[in-house]
Amino acid sequence: MPVDTHCPYCALQCGMRLTGTTVAPREFPTSRGGLCQKGWTAAAVLDSPGRLTTPLVRTGGELRPASWGTALDTVARRVRALQDTHGRDAVAVFGGGGLTNEKAYLLGKFARVALGTARIDYNGRFCMSSAAAASTRAFGLDRGLPFPVSDLAGAGAVLLAGANPAETMPPFTQHLAGAELVVVDPRRTPTAEAATLHLQPAPGTDLALALGVLHAVVADGHLDKAYVAERTTGFDDAWRIAAAWWPERVERVTGVAAADQRRAAALLAEAGSAYVLTARGTEQHAGGTDTVGAWINLALALGLPGRLGSGFGCLTGQGNGQGGREHGQKADQLPGYRRLDDPAARAHVAGVWGVDPDSLPGPGPSAAELLDSDARALLVFGSNPVVSAPDAGRVTGWLAGLGLLVVADVVLSETARHADVVLPVTQWAEEDGTLTNLEGRILLRRKAVDPPAEVRTDLDVLAGLAVRLGQPAARFPADAEAVFDELRRASAGGPADYAGVTYDRLRAGEALHWPVPRVDHPGTPRLFLDSFAHPDGRARFAPVDHSGPAEAPDDEFPLVVTTGRVLAHYQSGAQTRLVPELASAVPSCFVEVHPDTAARVGLADGDSALVSSRRGSVVARVRAVASMRPDVVFLPFHFAGEGRANLLTNPALDPVSGMPEFKVCAGRLSPVEVR
Amino acid sequence: MRHVLVVGYGMAGARLAEEVRRRDPDGARVALTVVGEERHPAYNRVLLSGVLGGSLRTDSVRLQDPSWPARHHVDLRAGSVTGVDRAARRVTLTDGSTVDYDVLVLATGSRPWLPPVEGLVVDGGLAPGAVAFRTLDDCAAILAASRPGAPVAVLGGGLLGLEAARGLAHRGNLVTVVHPVGHLMERQLDPAAGRVLAATLATLGIETRLGVTAARYLPGDGLKLADGGLVPADLVVVSAGVRPETTLAAAAGITVDGGIVVDDALRTSDPRVHALGDCARHPGTVSGLVQPAWEQAAVLADLLTGTDPAARYRGTPVVTRLKARDVDLAALGEVHTDVDDADAEVLCLQDAARGRYAKLVLREERVTGAIVLGAPDAAAAITQLYDRGAPAPADRLALLLGRAGSGQPASPVDLPASATICRCNTVTKRALVTAWRSGARSAADLATSTRATTGCGGCRDAVGVIATWLADTDPTR
Repeated sequence: MPVDTHCPYCALQCGMRLTGTTVAPREFPTSRGGLCQKGWTAAAVLDSPGRLTTPLVRTGGELRPASWGTALDTVARRVRALQDTHGRDAVAVFGGGGLTNEKAYLLGKFARVALGTARIDYNGRFCMSSAAAASTRAFGLDRGLPFPVSDLAGAGAVLLAGANPAETMPPFTQHLAGAELVVVDPRRTPTAEAATLHLQPAPGTDLALALGVLHAVVADGHLDKAYVAERTTGFDDAWRIAAAWWPERVERVTGVAAADQRRAAALLAEAGSAYVLTARGTEQHAGGTDTVGAWINLALALGLPGRLGSGFGCLTGQGNGQGGREHGQKADQLPGYRRLDDPAARAHVAGVWGVDPDSLPGPGPSAAELLDSDARALLVFGSNPVVSAPDAGRVTGWLAGLGLLVVADVVLSETARHADVVLPVTQWAEEDGTLTNLEGRILLRRKAVDPPAEVRTDLDVLAGLAVRLGQPAARFPADAEAVFDELRRASAGGPADYAGVTYDRLRAGEALHWPVPRVDHPGTPRLFLDSFAHPDGRARFAPVDHSGPAEAPDDEFPLVVTTGRVLAHYQSGAQTRLVPELASAVPSCFVEVHPDTAARVGLADGDSALVSSRRGSVVARVRAVASMRPDVVFLPFHFAGEGRANLLTNPALDPVSGMPEFKVCAGRLSPVEVR
Repeated sequence: MRHVLVVGYGMAGARLAEEVRRRDPDGARVALTVVGEERHPAYNRVLLSGVLGGSLRTDSVRLQDPSWPARHHVDLRAGSVTGVDRAARRVTLTDGSTVDYDVLVLATGSRPWLPPVEGLVVDGGLAPGAVAFRTLDDCAAILAASRPGAPVAVLGGGLLGLEAARGLAHRGNLVTVVHPVGHLMERQLDPAAGRVLAATLATLGIETRLGVTAARYLPGDGLKLADGGLVPADLVVVSAGVRPETTLAAAAGITVDGGIVVDDALRTSDPRVHALGDCARHPGTVSGLVQPAWEQAAVLADLLTGTDPAARYRGTPVVTRLKARDVDLAALGEVHTDVDDADAEVLCLQDAARGRYAKLVLREERVTGAIVLGAPDAAAAITQLYDRGAPAPADRLALLLGRAGSGQPASPVDLPASATICRCNTVTKRALVTAWRSGARSAADLATSTRATTGCGGCRDAVGVIATWLADTDPTR
């Protein structure tokens, strides 16, 4: 019996039809019938030999099969013991942007009610946090794309800042086919290849580039003065900074020709319909929030946001990267994109949960800080920080020093290998659940196949643990629809209001973009058309300036290391490395480097190289790429062991968003003897 | 708390005030008084050619909004300093008032140098119809005096003169540049580059008279040249260079040698007096540019606020960029090195017909000099290599030509078998050929059997071309 569903991977959530474990694409507005290789092969993880099929508990130093009763009892007992000795914050929770809305919601509730800990955050902190913070600052609200993806098809020009959708969400690029593309990327990616204009800045200089293009917009007469006057505040202060960044000065910092900056400004201004979109390349910096703010400034100067046929947006990464940041697994947040430090929000949510508002903990540390805190136990759901966290070697050491590490996952991830208790949970096609895609549309993914016998849903696991920790069973339902109905009430009246979304409406195929405040409300495909979400209805320019990366190259580490993704793998690769077709497409870590830079240290295409930073070393196969900047090397971060690119990355954090500086650190390249 | 008095509220002085307040926002460490001479708030001189060209309004080039000094605990005084009593650590202003200081910073900038042209200077100032190109007021005067279509002479074919010329030509003036040297921008360009630049300017309607001095200014008529020729002009814009403004320093007995002499801590001969920007002379720094002044401001702010007592200014590599519409010119380092120089590697390409000239000087694999005219992206890449002292790519020609050197993509038919045709599904050309041999007989069949084209669809054309090629060459058909 075929079941219409969506791909388990990225936020585009391509439409697919699953018949048993056979995948076929289907028409859907975001994917237009397309699937990339990850989507086509997604079902391979369902029956992969690498699949977890029973709980594991570490005994005598080894992870050994155990019953669910033993596993959950062990977790509950040790959690209680640690909390009794060290306080409730001794136990921390780490979630993921791939979890369904129901899981993310219940995980947040579990942390704050059953565990009573302030320490909960998730891997979306490494993903969407800078864009979210900048959008909230500028518009008063953060929804990745505040318009449907299909609106892009009418664009005359699109600027992609640090986005490589040709590899990260290939079917998305169909929507860009009619537009003049301006691609900002230090590498000549497949997306950049297809661009009308490729701006290739030195890593970590995007903010300066955005200032230069803004300068050109003003100096060349493209400023939308009426829009700036009527719909924004703060232009003068933002311009004062941009005025000091004339394109020739920006050229010297970024390496992007002044003429190209002016051309980018003209392409966007003269397109009639234009969009500015950001993604991780420009966001994953210690100055990521300000950098996104600079791109938003550009969009505002051109009069794009909040107008039909133009706009600003960010391309969300993980499958539920949008919903995952709305419903309470974030350190500072309650369901409905409410703030944890807002007394009214606390009262509302505590009311839904049937607890005293004062019993709710306050905001906790961001993900990277949490993984460096004095917590004694960590419960991980749907994340693999051993591979995906910055300065991964240090994080791995921190995990090893915990009194208790619990990992709920589909496969035995690198993080799970370090765990004391491993809980096998269901995945995408084995369970019901909702996700919110990159355009804020809520999607129902329905169960299509039965999970292995000893595999439970995350909701089940949370319910089981909550009861063992003394919570009433009724407070932690394990049925997805029941959890969703509670989420609707908890989110009601919040910025991300799901009150009017029901499983029945989703089953009927309704396209519902939040906010949906009532069941008779049609949803909100386009935000901001009348006003922005600040009290005065205006968007805010951000007075942001360029300051550069946290770690600059020097004599010892003369190169800039940047990290990213390849088409064949997803995130930490825990799933995709198990798919033979994907593993053979890109089997191991590689380092893209200019052939001259490689040759200078005696390396050539195909050689094994050692890439080092102040924090660690990675072994990677050399890919000599002539379009690389000679001062930059690139590594994908999907690989484990000695191919872990995050052994190199700098954990310097954005002061606003808590985003680590994944995209720039100083490094060195040298040959490695083949072992 | 130390009292720092800054004389001059131009680009250097205003920047210093900002840098100090960035490090000491509430004025807890440093009390700051700034004396400014011009009637406008500090503005960005680099953007004056934009004002002249009409793309920027006067208030768009202000460095700070008018309330900035007050909001940042900066005591801004209008006027100029008439004298410094270093022993008493006190300055006197034009209105007779005095200001005491612990540290004095001279940011007095520079003033235009006026060439010895008969009739150009009257009573110590420029004659009617002649104006310098240095200040916002100069800009206003030029704009007021130059009706579109009117002839304008620019005295001086250096960077600023050419930017002014371009701005005026863009406004519709008939511009003639008079330059006493045999080629334009002789400090930054070699003669051949100067010739290509002159040709480029000619296509934009700017005439040049080179190797000849102006002998006499005839108000209302124009310039009489030393060779007897006449350049008609309703307005003469004087842009013949600048001289550091050192009058105050010299009168105070501070060492001046073509500029106020400073060390790496921006200290003058009096350790309580600093200088920065155009008025200062630091070894290894060419004055008259903004970048050194701003870098000096950051260093001096580190020192004055105690943020980094070890901060030192070591000079700024100079990269000259002509900011003129439709003319893209960058020059850096040693530009006069001959192509036959035995100790250097010198590449040179001249394409005068298309306004392009590129010269690259390398020593020990490093870029030590370059002129890039009409090849904007090459200029950007070369500048970065120069600034960072990074080794140049082995493919020097590609570096010299920039994007212009990249070829057209090959037809999929000519690609190697291992080339990926469909990236979304990792389908190589070999896989398509194999599928064809296994029975696929059309682009649609190839898609079904290999999944090529089923992701973003971007390879549909390529797969179609390969299918046609396979059909045409298939021996079984």
